[in-house]
Amino acid sequence: MPNTPSTPGLAAGRLPAEAIAENFADLHPPLTPHEAAVAADRCYFCHDAPCIAACPTSIDIPLFIRQIATGTPEAAAKTIFEQNILGGMCARVCPTETLCEEACVREAAEGEPVQIGRLQRFATDTMMAKPHPFARAPETGKRVAVVGAGPAGLACAHRLAMKGHAVTIFDAKPKPGGLNEYGIAAYKTVGGFAQAEVEWLLGIGGIDIVNGKRLGADFTLDALKADYDAVFLGIGLAGVNALGIDGAEDAVAFIAALRQAEDKAALPVGRNVVVIGGGMTAVDAAVQAKKLGAETVTLAYRRGREKMNASRWEQDLAATSGVRILANTAPKGRAEGGIVLAMTADGPEGLKETGETITLEADQILAAIGQKLDAAFGFATEGGKIKVDGAGRTSLPGIWAGGDCATGGDDLTVTAVAEGRDAAEDIHAMLTGAA
Amino acid sequence: MASLASEFLGIKSPNPFWLASAPPTDKEYNVVRAFKAGWGGVVWKTLGEAGPPVVNVNGPRYGAVWGADRRLLGLNNIELITDRPLEVNLREIKQVKRDWPNRAMIVSIMVPCEEQAWKAILPLVEETGADGIELNFGCPHGMSERGMGSAVGQVPEYIEMVARWCKQATRMPVIVKLTPNITDIRYPARAAKKGGADAVSLINTVSSITAVDLDSFSPEPSIDGKGSHGGYCGPAVKPIALNMVAEIARDPETAGLPISGIGGVTTWRDAAEFMALGAGNVQVCTAAMTYGFAIVKEMKAGLSDYLDRKGMSLSDLIGRATPNVTDWQYLNLEYVAKARIDPDLCIKCGRCYAACEDTSHQAIAMKPGRVFEVKDDECVACNLCVNVCPVENCITMERLPAGAVDPRTGRVVQAEPADWTTHPNNPGAVAAE
Repeated sequence: MPNTPSTPGLAAGRLPAEAIAENFADLHPPLTPHEAAVAADRCYFCHDAPCIAACPTSIDIPLFIRQIATGTPEAAAKTIFEQNILGGMCARVCPTETLCEEACVREAAEGEPVQIGRLQRFATDTMMAKPHPFARAPETGKRVAVVGAGPAGLACAHRLAMKGHAVTIFDAKPKPGGLNEYGIAAYKTVGGFAQAEVEWLLGIGGIDIVNGKRLGADFTLDALKADYDAVFLGIGLAGVNALGIDGAEDAVAFIAALRQAEDKAALPVGRNVVVIGGGMTAVDAAVQAKKLGAETVTLAYRRGREKMNASRWEQDLAATSGVRILANTAPKGRAEGGIVLAMTADGPEGLKETGETITLEADQILAAIGQKLDAAFGFATEGGKIKVDGAGRTSLPGIWAGGDCATGGDDLTVTAVAEGRDAAEDIHAMLTGAA
Repeated sequence: MASLASEFLGIKSPNPFWLASAPPTDKEYNVVRAFKAGWGGVVWKTLGEAGPPVVNVNGPRYGAVWGADRRLLGLNNIELITDRPLEVNLREIKQVKRDWPNRAMIVSIMVPCEEQAWKAILPLVEETGADGIELNFGCPHGMSERGMGSAVGQVPEYIEMVARWCKQATRMPVIVKLTPNITDIRYPARAAKKGGADAVSLINTVSSITAVDLDSFSPEPSIDGKGSHGGYCGPAVKPIALNMVAEIARDPETAGLPISGIGGVTTWRDAAEFMALGAGNVQVCTAAMTYGFAIVKEMKAGLSDYLDRKGMSLSDLIGRATPNVTDWQYLNLEYVAKARIDPDLCIKCGRCYAACEDTSHQAIAMKPGRVFEVKDDECVACNLCVNVCPVENCITMERLPAGAVDPRTGRVVQAEPADWTTHPNNPGAVAAE
């Protein structure tokens, strides 16, 4: 008897392999050239366009869309990559519904924005099938260490390499990419795109990646400072907040295992899954659990639905994927084969339990209640993050930081890219005596 | 439902929508399909002299210009007159007219500019029972190089001469089809009238090259790496055609000369506009070639509904707008308007601002929060903002009432119209009585 969604406990292969493969297919399949032309024609080429202002990397969106419309997607891609070298990934994972597409005037006009994300993917896919488009400046002889091969580190490294510096990236994981490789839902970045993008990005030259080396465990900041002319930290938030509920698994690890699985049908998943949290990670974990074949998946969030960090679009994705969203429910403890949730209400004095509880069957509990900085390494911090100024400078001279580990911006791939890029510009200015 | 029954030169058709002389009317099969679909009449594709028919190129004969979503905006062609034997066409014309007696059957003709050639073909056409003939003096490619088509249409004396030959040689009404590839359409129209023609039809196609292939450097449509100018038609040429129709309709020398309007007619609205400017009916080609014959259903329903809404008959519509076409010098300079932006409809794209600031009169202010406001002291009411705004009716032109001060000029708007002919800046101004 093969397993089914109703097989009790944890079980793998709840759905036929083909069904699982189909469930994890590209969430937004690429546009065909004609579809791209039609989508591009909808752009009004706004004056001082709101979409540019809404993009953390300030891509000139009307320009790149016009370049697609005129049949030059490579030029469009260059417009994107000049601002955001991970424009390919951002086209896939950006919550465009709360960024560029929310700002699109056609969203205001007809509730249907220009498909900026998919157009960006069309352009970047076209160019990423070709050799790396940027040329490196002559070697400066300067060496920069970048810690973390996630979006911030990669963007920083690329910009520094382009300016002629020699960059070494250290990363704790076996593969580069950071959250792009380990932390984002599989259906958002199919076909090994994260690794392909890193490969393509390295085409600039001048970047070495050292995998499997963790800051603090395998090398020290002092050693980096001694060996390199500058150091950039894009180490993300490697620690996870604990839920304090027996048997709860870390949703981040669940997603990472799913992303790295050769065969998703071999991954065990609960019959009844409860995900605790209200952010993108919670949605990614819940939706993927459902796609693996869980019979019921409940996303329990302690506050009201409007307070969820996951965008409305992500919430709808969860709902249409079959995930039940239970707002105003906070985890209280375990019950026999389940979990007890306390009902809450937002009041003038903040969140309060109402005294009412509900008990859900739960074979698997996934906690996605936020990540935190692993260690502070002696930096000044703010709100649990490394404190940086606008250029990414930390409290320690010669060390910059960006991405999720640093203050400023939302914890998004695109924000990390912007911060890595801007830190690289500041490092470059410093190294060349311009700053 | 307002009746669309139409009479043009005494030729009756159930509606004023005819298919123009072109590929859709080249043979019985197509024309019967058109009549089944509901077209009021056809102008059969141009016949040439008896003998070996012309030949066409064996590669692309059409080129196109597209808008968004590959919407066809303009089409050009290098096709010649019918390449089928004369006797086959005549036989089919006769058969179709017999089978569809209530539809208009006009036959387009183009033979060399010699009286004998016209006198030879006219009795053959008359014998088919056709309702009338259209003289193709418009075709700008291929045939014109042989001294026919627009080569005749560009010389008013030839038009007059051939029209006269035809009027003398046949009982059938004669329509002269005019080429737009001239400087002033009134001269060929006057010549047609002088030659005795019963009507003019216009426009024929505009000489054009639709595109250049930037790899092969061949003009489009490309025949083995080379291209030749073709005749441009479709929605893109409609404004040119409307103006030419109006010019003839309001010219005192040709006033009252029936006009069959042609040029980018795609919807009922286009047809109504041609007719309002003085066309007695319209001829359609590109729209049918783009969408098929079924479009006539929309045209018929739309025009009929419009007439009902207006409480007008079809004949009331014809020429209704002609008196409003005038010369620039007679436009009322006391009509002072200002652009108004409706903040509720505005989607904040800023195109009005970019257009005005970069290319016009710096008369729109961009305020915090992307609020756009017209500066009345700068606005000349040029209408560019209205035209570039993606939202219909978001920007409108509001007239200043008489007595109001125009903040741009400091002048009080006068109730009495005044135009250039009396303007003090006009050296030739005539003092008002």
